[in-house]
Amino acid sequence: MEALLPYIINGVSAGGQYALIAIGYTLVYGILRLINFAHGDVFMVAGLVMVYTTSSMPLYVSIPIVLICTVVLGFAIERVAYKPLRSAPRMSLMISAIGVSYLIQNLAFYITGGLPKPVLNPIPWVSETITILGATTKRVTLVTPVLTILLVFVLVYFIKNTKIGMGMRAASRDFETARLMGVKINTVISFTFIVGSFLAAVGSILYFTNYPSVAITSGSLPGLRAFIAAVFGGIGSIPGAVVGAFIIGLCEEMIKGLGYSTFSDAFTFALLIIVLCVKPTGLFGEKVTDKV
Amino acid sequence: MINKYSVRKESIVGIALLLILLAVMTVIDFFLPSYHIAVMVIKKASVYALVAVSMNLLNGFTGLFSLGQAGFMLLGAYTYAIFSIPVAKRAGVYQYFDGGWIQFSIPEFFSEFLGETIGLNMGIILTLILGGLVAAFFAYLIGLPVLRLKSDYLAIATLGFAEILRAFFQWPNLGPLTNGSNLLKSYPDFKSATGYVVLIGIFIAMIVLLVNSTYGRAFKAIRDDEIAAEAMGINLAKHKRLAFIISSFFAGIGGGMLAMYMGTLQALSFKSTMTYEILLVVVMGGIGSITGSVITSFMYIASMEWLLRGLDSGTFLGIHAPGVFKNGFRMAVVSLIIMVVVLFFSKGIMGDREFSVKGIVKFFDRLFGKKTPKNAGGDGNV
Repeated sequence: MEALLPYIINGVSAGGQYALIAIGYTLVYGILRLINFAHGDVFMVAGLVMVYTTSSMPLYVSIPIVLICTVVLGFAIERVAYKPLRSAPRMSLMISAIGVSYLIQNLAFYITGGLPKPVLNPIPWVSETITILGATTKRVTLVTPVLTILLVFVLVYFIKNTKIGMGMRAASRDFETARLMGVKINTVISFTFIVGSFLAAVGSILYFTNYPSVAITSGSLPGLRAFIAAVFGGIGSIPGAVVGAFIIGLCEEMIKGLGYSTFSDAFTFALLIIVLCVKPTGLFGEKVTDKV
Repeated sequence: MINKYSVRKESIVGIALLLILLAVMTVIDFFLPSYHIAVMVIKKASVYALVAVSMNLLNGFTGLFSLGQAGFMLLGAYTYAIFSIPVAKRAGVYQYFDGGWIQFSIPEFFSEFLGETIGLNMGIILTLILGGLVAAFFAYLIGLPVLRLKSDYLAIATLGFAEILRAFFQWPNLGPLTNGSNLLKSYPDFKSATGYVVLIGIFIAMIVLLVNSTYGRAFKAIRDDEIAAEAMGINLAKHKRLAFIISSFFAGIGGGMLAMYMGTLQALSFKSTMTYEILLVVVMGGIGSITGSVITSFMYIASMEWLLRGLDSGTFLGIHAPGVFKNGFRMAVVSLIIMVVVLFFSKGIMGDREFSVKGIVKFFDRLFGKKTPKNAGGDGNV
């Protein structure tokens, strides 16, 4: 137990970061029925922007820049790559998402020159090393879960109590009917992407504070894990995504702690397949019936 | 009468085209050294063509959106490498694992009693097919739970299986078999690019025959409307499993040949990015068009490996701009083109049409002023 403690702490922290990404997946899937393959790359871009800005600007300028850049990127992806395909089959939409992911990775490769960018100036206070219960860790591992829970509560309140939040709920329940009832569907979808990208940016700042470098592929695996968390919790459900993310983060770190780090990702994917086969609606998902 | 004539003409033109292709390949192999860029492009592009066509069989003809291609290629590639490294070289390749568990080589076994040339090539082909069979067997196992899932869930589950397979092949405990995360190398390769083209041509021809058979029509029916297909008496589970297994079989062979082309093999190179790349080739060629996939594979590999090289190294089309044309620019341009195709030309180059000998004959008939094939008969019957 003593030996596993650091892994548990890391797991909770990783879970918080996955949760922030997973909300982006689950919101978009709830409305568009699209696995936004580019979301992990949006997360990676946020990390890159953070590396570039923190090395040349003070913190109170660089953090807002990271958030704004990421939100603009998420918004632009939706407008350019997904909006023209709104009436196309779902497969085209997914191919477009894969194409965007490919494009972002290659552009990032071109801009960064292909080498992983080291995180030289991490955010001061949260990246300090502390000791809790005999385990050394960075302060960010404690900040992450708290901040995640806080943001989730704000988001849930927002979706429950504002007009655009109501639009989001309506669109995820029934896209066509929501449109007929006068919900401005394009605004709602853009807003969904903005919220998703914003949370991914926060997740990215926390994640890469704990990491030595940002590589162009470092978004794809956290992205997939977060997606699996969203499926595990029941896709379309925000509390589900958060619970799923914490479970996956914990399990992965525990497996690493037991000495099977090769299989930590394999476990996550196996969990996905088991969930899909046994209970496709996930922990908190609603049952969907297909009509002919 | 007329029909017989045009069928005969078509088969003559078809055979002539194949012979011309074969002659061109022989000339290329004879005059160009094996490291020449044209030879390399032909080898790699033909491998990509096979893999793209096998993916098209699943995604384009059966409508199963699977993203597990890289995993099945990995299985084929490793099977090929493990069973074909010459025994004498095993100690060197498996230096961390005491020479490994397996101490025989199929191509070597055949070259012992069938002679160096025939035996070796036959052994290579048989080992490649063995790789395909291993991939097909795993596809059967994976298909049991996964094929019950719908569109995007199927995609993510197959992607997951590919990642799990990759983790297993890198596991140190399986090192004596897979060499862990170290390289596998020293396995035999065809001497010429003609070998690649002929072998892959045969495999693609088999897929074409399959697509045009009763099974192929059942696949297309499932793609167009699952419920209607089931109502017409098509066994959904059976046909989906069949398509999945056959596609994986050819993907496995393609993976083996890719390993052969690359010369060294590492599990790390079979990432999901590889699947995405192949998927995008299929999309650009047209989902549901075999000739489209083949043509695009050649265009894609030729431009990536050869024509657009200048974009990475400073000078392109005579323009010298090292500031812009630096490492990675080629990939960025190619992925931009892909996005344009995906968004504005979603049917790709060929849509779901095929390039056929019949079409070529008609085209030339029209070109030389013969209005309809009726007049071309010329036997006074008209």
